[in-house]
Amino acid sequence: MIVDVNVHLSRWPFRRLPCDELSRLAEKLHVCGVTEAWAGSFDGVFHKDLGGANARLADDCRRCRPGLLRPFGSVNPAFPDWREDLRRCHEDHRMPGIRLCPAYHGYRLDNPAFAELLTLAERRGLIVQLAARLEDPRVQHPLMRVPDVDVGPLPELLVARPRLRLVLLGALPILRGDAITRLLRAGEVYFEISMLEGVGGVANLLARVPVDRLLFGSHFPLFVLESALLKLQESELPPAQVRAITRENARRLRRARPAADSGIRHAEA
Amino acid sequence: MQSANHALTRRAMLTGGAKAAVAASLVPRCRPAIAEEEPASGNPDYVIWDVHGHLSSPGDTPGQRIANLLRYADRMGIERLIVFMGYPWAYDPSPEEVRRQNDQVLEAVEHARGRAFGFVYLNPKHTEASLAELDRCVRDGPMVGVKLWVAARCHEECLDPIVRRATELKAPVLQHTWHKITGNLPGESTAADLAILAARHPAASFIAAHTAGDWQRGIRAIRATTNVTAEICGSDPAAGMVEMAVRELGAERVMYGSDYAGRSFASQLAKVHGADVSKDAKRLIFAGNIQRMLAPIFAAKGIRP
Repeated sequence: MIVDVNVHLSRWPFRRLPCDELSRLAEKLHVCGVTEAWAGSFDGVFHKDLGGANARLADDCRRCRPGLLRPFGSVNPAFPDWREDLRRCHEDHRMPGIRLCPAYHGYRLDNPAFAELLTLAERRGLIVQLAARLEDPRVQHPLMRVPDVDVGPLPELLVARPRLRLVLLGALPILRGDAITRLLRAGEVYFEISMLEGVGGVANLLARVPVDRLLFGSHFPLFVLESALLKLQESELPPAQVRAITRENARRLRRARPAADSGIRHAEA
Repeated sequence: MQSANHALTRRAMLTGGAKAAVAASLVPRCRPAIAEEEPASGNPDYVIWDVHGHLSSPGDTPGQRIANLLRYADRMGIERLIVFMGYPWAYDPSPEEVRRQNDQVLEAVEHARGRAFGFVYLNPKHTEASLAELDRCVRDGPMVGVKLWVAARCHEECLDPIVRRATELKAPVLQHTWHKITGNLPGESTAADLAILAARHPAASFIAAHTAGDWQRGIRAIRATTNVTAEICGSDPAAGMVEMAVRELGAERVMYGSDYAGRSFASQLAKVHGADVSKDAKRLIFAGNIQRMLAPIFAAKGIRP
């Protein structure tokens, strides 16, 4: 039983992926032992009509094997009326969280609208996933070069929002120096392993990150799902750590119910 | 279909540890739904040779470093490592620095007792020194190939004497290739550069390390140059890479490497394990192709791997 917190539905615009059709994606997750996948959509990264993208995402997740896919809708605080997208994700689609792609959506983390979005997500008890990188900048399409996200403003934002649950996706290659430590000290932040590299990478990372802040993420289907699985084999980990990374941390995170102060109708999906 | 218990037992035997068996138990369930049913992890049914890696792992000596790497290789079912370049790295090393780094690799290879093979690292800007180092490490030493990095772009004529000598010694030439949209280093070769060099030396065997990183471009760049093999290491585990390489080049021209220790074995193995290609293709990619490429020099040196 594995909870994969970094899966994508719909189509990557620059090439077809072997498992970019819903049935094949679901089958691959199933045979690889993934029993729950937190799914965003590539449409939510590249489309302007995020309301439509999120509705399709929610519908696809409902149509799939029961309980396999948990939708994480996209919200772009640089777009008009983004608060309505947030409301729909939470209230209409009953999503457990949202997925943000600041670099693809064209805003920096010092944008006041981003801070407001975090505040509103915290009040609603939504998990916030933030994609720091989707693709190695060295190999991007020449007409669409997207930089890594500068996460520098995050610690201050986290300190001010102690009930916010933040999951950083694809962040490990770009967090230099003591950036991980500063984030961990600032708030409830989690990391996933899809872009973790280096021999024995998971074990090495555990010297810097408490095991309860580490999640299994594959970046599938853009990445080969087996990559994240094999990383757990490469590092010599006690069974309790494997259980924590592959499922227990994610389940605890999803079931956590921060004290709501907004009168929101629900915090669980 | 191989049972999970069977895979677990075989792997536990390979790695020799209960903890490893527990971790491995996550993976045997993962079977490609698309091509055929088989375990997708460090499968003991595949012989795996890793054709690309460095001594950039923890350790005070080359021997300690290779021992550390072999410990992880064991966990992943990797039988042999090819290793080149010592430490610290330099883009344009002097002949003395090249020699010092090759000495580190020689020490590691000796320590590995048959589990690792060395490729001699050369800077083609220094032709005479490179030829002497090639003779020292390959003709008169245990190394079995040549590694060229980023000192000079490989289509330049200064490489010709090195390639001719390597060919005489039956040593394949592994050339770093990248095509970065962010810009290459001044002496960094593209796959197209390697195709130019390879066309001048049709009797030589070349390995396009990284397949240019931007593999959709790199595969096309070497497609028509049949003495160049695509090596998949050192880029993100992008889905579809191996499928395209096999489709466009044939499985006989695709090789597994990881670029350890900077990259994990896991992410690069996954490119092959997770690919929608046949088991026979995976056998070639994991070991068959490099074994075939090295067979002439093994025979000449009397190496029985």
